[in-house]
Amino acid sequence: MSPLSAPPLSARLAASRSAGLRHHRRLLTLLSLLLLAAAALTLCLGQSVTPPADVLRVLAGQSVPGASFTVGTLRLPRLLLAAMAGMAFGLGGASVQTLLRNPLASPDIIGITSGAATAAVFGIVVLGLGGVPVQLLAVAAGLGVAALVYLLSWRGGVAGARLILVGIGLSAMLQSATAYILLKAPAWSLQEAMRWLTGSVNGAQLAQALPLLLALLAFGALLLSRSRDLEAMRLGDDAAAALGVRLGRVRLLVTLGAVGLISTATALTGPISFVAFLAGPIAARICAPGRPVLLPAALVGALLVVLGDYAGQFLLPARYPVGVVTGVLGAPYLIYLITRVNRTGGGLA
Amino acid sequence: MSAAARPLSARRRSERLRLLWLCLLLVALAGALVLSVSFGTRDVGWAEIRAGVGGQLETIGQAAVAARVPRSLLAALAGASLGLSGAVMQGITRNPLADPGILGVNAGASLAVVIGIAWFGMSGTPAFLWTAIAGAGVAACFVYAVGSMGRGGATPLKLALAGAATSIAVSSLTMAVLLPRADIAGGAKAWEVGGVGGATFAGITPALPFLGLGMLIAFGSAKNLNMLALGDEAAAGLGGRVARARAIAALGAILLCGATTAICGPIGFVGLVVPHLCRVLAGVDHRWQLPFSALSGAILLLLADVLGRLLARPAELDVGIVTAFLGAPFFIWIIRQRRIREL
Amino acid sequence: MTLQTQGLVAGYGDRRILHGIDLSIVPGQITAIVGANACGKSTLLRCMTRLLRPEAGEVRLDGTSIHRIAPRALARRVGLLPQSPVAPEGITVADLVSRGRHPHQGLFARWRPEDETALARALEATGTEALADRAVDELSGGQRQRVWIAMALAQETDILLLDEPTTYLDIAHQVEVLDLLCDLNRNRGTTVVMVLHDLNLAARYADRLVALRDGRLHAEGSAEEVLTESNVEEVFGLKSRIIADPVSGRPMMLPLGRHGMLAGIGLAAGVGA
Repeated sequence: MSPLSAPPLSARLAASRSAGLRHHRRLLTLLSLLLLAAAALTLCLGQSVTPPADVLRVLAGQSVPGASFTVGTLRLPRLLLAAMAGMAFGLGGASVQTLLRNPLASPDIIGITSGAATAAVFGIVVLGLGGVPVQLLAVAAGLGVAALVYLLSWRGGVAGARLILVGIGLSAMLQSATAYILLKAPAWSLQEAMRWLTGSVNGAQLAQALPLLLALLAFGALLLSRSRDLEAMRLGDDAAAALGVRLGRVRLLVTLGAVGLISTATALTGPISFVAFLAGPIAARICAPGRPVLLPAALVGALLVVLGDYAGQFLLPARYPVGVVTGVLGAPYLIYLITRVNRTGGGLA
Repeated sequence: MSAAARPLSARRRSERLRLLWLCLLLVALAGALVLSVSFGTRDVGWAEIRAGVGGQLETIGQAAVAARVPRSLLAALAGASLGLSGAVMQGITRNPLADPGILGVNAGASLAVVIGIAWFGMSGTPAFLWTAIAGAGVAACFVYAVGSMGRGGATPLKLALAGAATSIAVSSLTMAVLLPRADIAGGAKAWEVGGVGGATFAGITPALPFLGLGMLIAFGSAKNLNMLALGDEAAAGLGGRVARARAIAALGAILLCGATTAICGPIGFVGLVVPHLCRVLAGVDHRWQLPFSALSGAILLLLADVLGRLLARPAELDVGIVTAFLGAPFFIWIIRQRRIREL
Repeated sequence: MTLQTQGLVAGYGDRRILHGIDLSIVPGQITAIVGANACGKSTLLRCMTRLLRPEAGEVRLDGTSIHRIAPRALARRVGLLPQSPVAPEGITVADLVSRGRHPHQGLFARWRPEDETALARALEATGTEALADRAVDELSGGQRQRVWIAMALAQETDILLLDEPTTYLDIAHQVEVLDLLCDLNRNRGTTVVMVLHDLNLAARYADRLVALRDGRLHAEGSAEEVLTESNVEEVFGLKSRIIADPVSGRPMMLPLGRHGMLAGIGLAAGVGA
């Protein structure tokens, strides 16, 4: 190309870069708007219709007869819990998937979620705990399982394939433990058991949202601050190290952050099926390739849980907990993903 | 002279060794059966055992023994079926991690039965058997098809991932079917953890034809499995019909694990552990490996059941949870033994 | 800027691969590391960039142990192109090459004009500027390797290490990549260290050859010094004949096997004796 007609290369590159950045910002804005719209939908429309004006007045702290209870006590805590749990699952899941460079290696498949759920069930049913101690127990168990998976797959280095398989094995064991504890629980209620088998935001309370908010702020900031290192690690461990990434430290911090998020959310809502697994790949699909996916994944996760919960409550013939909805929705996508990943051979070698 | 004769005599010696192992396994099976009948929440003496097995129900001890007889038989039968079906699946897929639990086959069987109960008002063991076998078959084919797509065929990693992910999806579907039907949920919950407690002869009998047929097909496939072990291309080069051999053997394995799941619920890891042990004892020849797997499977499940009764006295642990806790460490051990390239 | 190893002992787990390597990389030259499979070539390269911590001995950059240099600072001075890097699905060439700027950017640093210049320079140097907006997946093997080299160039290091940059490429692309590395060396003065499998290409393109054998330095020097019949036999266990390459005048190795040779040649070299 002649220098007269075409702009210099660096100007062209700068133009295409800023176009990419604008596109990415637009996408984030769009996702946030969608989330807001979903929130408005769940606050206004339920078994009864609450006018938006009433909803706003309740949110502003005014007391509105009728609306105060449905919106303030029922719908708002449920919405907050669903959105934040979705963010936690989405962010944590996408981080682990990026770290292990395999979309199928999400925390719900490699046992982290199962570990947290088993611990929560054990704490509630066997030890008779509740509230914060259960959450701490779940986080400790999630970290413990992550450490165990890591140690058991250590043989002079950790290979992704071995780590995933060890996780699947541990996960199978933990799931049968959860099922067993639930089976033997004295006051066995299907709804309650459901929470721990597939995840649910039924009976959400505002007080539950606080620990999740703190976890999101602390662990979420930790993960987002490592976003660039994670992006470099997508080029392979050797290439990332050659770019100056401290692999060991980044792995440790990202694991800590992701497990902290996932375990806290699991302790409150149960292991909502497939959200951690789906959010990352969906986000990667709608982002331009090569853009960091963590933030979009958090928003996608929140959307999945909020909309899944709404569908489970009002759009289906029976009332289903959100985990059943996301689990069933996730299945076809999962099959698509497995076949596509297998076809390209990416990450599964 | 000696150069040609030595391998032959060595082979004869190893055959003798295998026969010896086979006898030992038979003795061990008898021992495990006796253990299973005599141990439990209530201690019983020899006289009571003899009387109870004979059908007398006069003392509580005799009644306990009488109740343990069908249970022990079921454990042995289920263990043999699972061990055998695991060995066949590992042979078909040439994959050391193939197991009805890991591959999501048990979950498929559960879903089919729950759908049958909830939507078609199904009841009775024979109907459960058919649907469970159908569900197991669909799940097995699906997971195998998904896991073997793309480069490298059905590697252990791809199969295990496809199985694990399918299990999650299928259990969500099971929940979705079950939830609106609180009336049947109570009966179905026991399906989450497999067990042999509460077995009766009447409950076992309908499964016998399925198990018998499955075992016949499985044992009959031994030679084909030996052929498949060489790889598809080599097997085809030797004149084998690869696809047909694989389909027939798979039918046998699915009959076995589907029928077992229908009467016991999902019991994982037996089909994984047993063939590995038997490969050490019997070598790679499936004509030996399959009977070894059946016998060791029966012994393993009997002992796991006894262990479950002893550990949680005076209550008992379902055998499904015992095998999960015995099997998962074994699964991880297998993975650690292998090179990354083989995964 | 000089890169040196001193008494380097390293390995994976219980398996020791390098048994004490003393090597100085001559600045401004192209060095090729050659040797049989599993002799420690890649391990040596990995040690030189902190990817692997040696059990004993050390690697020094201008006299300072590289383990005393922060990873990011080291990555601004020594670049490495590993054997099989992974291109994220769908990523564009410009995007991938700009990842090479990672060590130059802080935690939340924005993309600066000098990053843009470095990116443009790397694309131009590798002749990939026309591919900038294409997806890496769509490129041919040779183009892809040029893009990866461009990423390492965008890192703007004085020393560039490459682990088998020509593997999986056909002969035309191999020559293309090696010509490119020569251009970089001549035009920018970049010190190039690469692991190569093809002895003849190594002899043609490298100023210095380093031959490893079982984790030890076997021979080091110019192509004429290193590529000798006795060295080839000791390092690869292969009888050979060395002639002058009619194209470059550098030494060229012709393997002797058991078949396919003119009568008398095998006997003269003592093959089969």
